[in-house]
Amino acid sequence: MVTAARVWEALAEIPDPEIPVISLVDLGVIRDVAVESGTVRVGFTPTFLGCPALEVMRDAMAERIRELGAEPEIEVVTDDSWSTDRITAEGREKLRTAGFAPPAPREASAPTLVQLQSNVFRCPYCGSTDTRLENIFGPTPCRSLRYCASCRQPFEQFKTI
Amino acid sequence: MNESEARSLLEIADDELILGWRDSEWTGIAPLLEEDVAFSSIAQNEIGHARALYELVARERGTTADELAFDRAPNEYRNSRLVELRLLDWEKTIARHWLYEQADAERLERLKRSDNAEVAGLAAKIDREEAYHRMHAKMWFDRLEDEPRFTAAVDELRPLLDEGRDEHTPELGELWEEMTMVRRSQPAGTTW
Repeated sequence: MVTAARVWEALAEIPDPEIPVISLVDLGVIRDVAVESGTVRVGFTPTFLGCPALEVMRDAMAERIRELGAEPEIEVVTDDSWSTDRITAEGREKLRTAGFAPPAPREASAPTLVQLQSNVFRCPYCGSTDTRLENIFGPTPCRSLRYCASCRQPFEQFKTI
Repeated sequence: MNESEARSLLEIADDELILGWRDSEWTGIAPLLEEDVAFSSIAQNEIGHARALYELVARERGTTADELAFDRAPNEYRNSRLVELRLLDWEKTIARHWLYEQADAERLERLKRSDNAEVAGLAAKIDREEAYHRMHAKMWFDRLEDEPRFTAAVDELRPLLDEGRDEHTPELGELWEEMTMVRRSQPAGTTW
């Protein structure tokens, strides 16, 4: 008999398709898991709506659930309930050690250019905050590009959503 | 959701889909590498927003997001003229970006207050992403606001924001040909 705890464990083994150092559970995109007579329903919140990794995540979750002997039902929730604040503490640490600066906390109002250009973002390599914004956009929608003047290293900064 | 709300969501979805296609035309050829990356990312977001909006409308009308996005004739699209133009000049591209993001922000504020919780929730999510587009547009506006070529482009394009939803220029037809080419080449009933 599949239990919700067993499903959470299985989902925690699925790496993010684009940043495989963290799992879908670390990323906080799994909102809830409900098990009912052989069916496992997963509430799943996309990170960015245009993220091409979403389909891959959905298929990977369905496959794991079938491996547990249950029928998956992945419900995509497209409201504002996913925020980068949902990335777990463990997930943030994994991101940092892999060279991705974790996102700043979400505030009530949207972030501004002035904030992005300010010296509060910490370099994941040397820890300096002497970093500057190079590009609001990066290799995927969820990341910006920054440059650390202290260790002269460009790095990717998770956008706050 | 009533028909008038569905129709209004469809207008927004069409705007985002068509603008996403136009923005993606800078991929590989933007004047700066940073802008190549930026417009490619923005295009990807806009098309993601279009898809989520089409899905809401599709459920209401008993169809699919793909059918709404690709199986209508060009004259059935509800996008504004501003987004369908093929702009080859950077100043016009930035002028369109600036005008569109401002108008889109106002529209999203209204949607966030919708009585329909799904619409309001989706609008809030889209708005979180659009905040970065607005920042990017503002950064360029600050850089170009005293350039006569830019201000002329803004003046020229501004009236197009509210035009053209009922009839389109041949440029939309050309884009539609490209956008739907692969889909039209497959036998009916192909699942994607």
